[in-house]
Amino acid sequence: MAAVTETNHALKLTGRYALLVAVALIFVLPILFMVVSSLKPDRQLLSDTSSFAAFLPVGDISVGNYFAAFDRAPVGLFIFNSVFITVVTVVISLFLCSLAAFAFAYLEFRGKNIVLSVIIATLIIPFETIAIPMLMVVNSLPWIGAEGLQWGWLNTYHVQIVPFLADALTIFLFVQYFKDLPKELIEAARLDGATWFEVYRLVIVPIAGPVFATAAILKFLIMYNQYLWPLMVTQSEQFRPVMVGLQYFFQLNTAWGEVMAYLSMITIPVLVFYLVLQRAFIASIASTGIKG
Amino acid sequence: MAGLEFKDIRKSYGNVEVIKGVDLSIEHGEFVVFVGPSGCGKSTLLRMIAGLEDITDGDLFIGDKRVNTVQPRDRGVAMVFQSYALYPHMTVYDNVGFGLRLNKTPKDERDAKIREAARILQMENLLDRRPAQLSGGQRQRVAIGRAIVRNPDVFLFDEPLSNLDAALRGSMRMEISKLHQQLDATMIYVTHDQVEAMTLADKIVVLNAGVVQQIGSPLELYNYPANLFVAGFIGSPQMNLLPVTVEAVDERTVTVASSDVPSTRIPVASARGIRGGDSITLGLRPHLLAHSEVGGITGKVLLVEHLGNETIANFALNSGEQLVAALPGSAELSNGVTLSLGFDVADARLFGTDGTAIPVADRPFR
Repeated sequence: MAAVTETNHALKLTGRYALLVAVALIFVLPILFMVVSSLKPDRQLLSDTSSFAAFLPVGDISVGNYFAAFDRAPVGLFIFNSVFITVVTVVISLFLCSLAAFAFAYLEFRGKNIVLSVIIATLIIPFETIAIPMLMVVNSLPWIGAEGLQWGWLNTYHVQIVPFLADALTIFLFVQYFKDLPKELIEAARLDGATWFEVYRLVIVPIAGPVFATAAILKFLIMYNQYLWPLMVTQSEQFRPVMVGLQYFFQLNTAWGEVMAYLSMITIPVLVFYLVLQRAFIASIASTGIKG
Repeated sequence: MAGLEFKDIRKSYGNVEVIKGVDLSIEHGEFVVFVGPSGCGKSTLLRMIAGLEDITDGDLFIGDKRVNTVQPRDRGVAMVFQSYALYPHMTVYDNVGFGLRLNKTPKDERDAKIREAARILQMENLLDRRPAQLSGGQRQRVAIGRAIVRNPDVFLFDEPLSNLDAALRGSMRMEISKLHQQLDATMIYVTHDQVEAMTLADKIVVLNAGVVQQIGSPLELYNYPANLFVAGFIGSPQMNLLPVTVEAVDERTVTVASSDVPSTRIPVASARGIRGGDSITLGLRPHLLAHSEVGGITGKVLLVEHLGNETIANFALNSGEQLVAALPGSAELSNGVTLSLGFDVADARLFGTDGTAIPVADRPFR
């Protein structure tokens, strides 16, 4: 009897691991394919796709595609633009959205629930439906910059940053987290003499690390992957982000090796950002729904 | 140096009134306990003093200042919460010193005050720890320390001991009492535990459904409850409340009887408003009942609890009513035995048809 149970157990365990390995492969293989292909000349790359060699660094391996990618497009500038736009947006939006959420979670004011409902309702509106009206709006907005007052925001960094500084998803994430924190903490701080902003800065922010990490990663990915909006609002190379830069590689004749080299390079900032925040991110997923 | 004055304080949430007009004055240095069952409004009243709840109507004075619209931090109050509400990311030292840091107390002074509070509460060795590394009792000390350093005029305690085990509760109760003597501050304490109320208070305010039922010293409330609610709420075991009928009334006595209680003449200060035939209530403290050979109330023993120093016995009376008596520890009783219990008529309390107490004759208190 005992032997049967043991065999059963071993089988179950094997099955479970096999499933996990399969799932892991599904996620890892495309990335592996991208990196390995970026090291191969086009002809070998295409012929390898019919076999498992597509995932192995075999044959004529070199970093030539990377040099070629730099020749074809200003890769460094694109990466800089994307990282700059993304980081600035993430930092400011975490601050603004957490402040808004703080107000929704703790302050009493007339119309609070209606305003929050409206904000959350915007979650279901796809960006594509408001892209054109938004373009018309930003095209007629004033901006005071180095060259003084100007009208129209097109072809700038701020046109890619400002419209995304506040969004429903981030506010919603913060509101949910803040509502679960014990109310007495805020009351104790108020009695200790804290202003509302001090309550936010000294009590709430230090204990809200996990939700800041979650919101930061989600926002980072959304911003870094922006394609449609920057395509609409940037005409000059100077302000273009990485995703728009991908177009440079799909012109008359597509050089797949170079595409893969470019993709490998633009993946690096995402990986770095994720690795820095992953511990807090996983902690926040693990603690979702558990009240301390 | 501050007393408090409540003038017709009211609180409503929408159409629901939860505090229905409280008038109360608290002297400087008094220890006042708000007691009552869950949902009676005692915590709401405390939070209104702290400034955490708006006052819908009426005036609240701390010292000479009307504070209805004053920010919590400017009221000169400090509060200890039931859940302690310690900042989880700060050490004990920073928790205690947070208020001082906010009002920009110089570092040296701040340090001295924190260490002094730690000394008073015997937690000098805990200063570097985080709340998560403390036991319940230690967290409670930190919460009290946080209140002490701010040197408030008024301390507010919201059921501070209800998360502690029985032994710790007893010792913390003594410490709070000691602290009150040491600090000479006004303290207002909310609890649903009448033992805490009796042991700590100079003055108890009994609340029920948002209305003050009685205000007085612990013994006053115990000996002279103003109505049936207070009679039932204060004292453990509870006062026995037996329905009786008025047989005869004269100016200074009321004679009552029922199927359980033989005809008894009870002295009163004034029998105004009482008429023969009225159904009223006779209140008898379990500790003031004694075994008597003749007369008295006869009942059958249902349940006996031997506590050593005393024996608590539950009786079933003829009418089906139950009666509890606290008899000497040496009383040998067993279930099913029929026994007669007597009482001194001066100890009996009468409550009129509307539930309010009929004034007691020869009352030594005010």
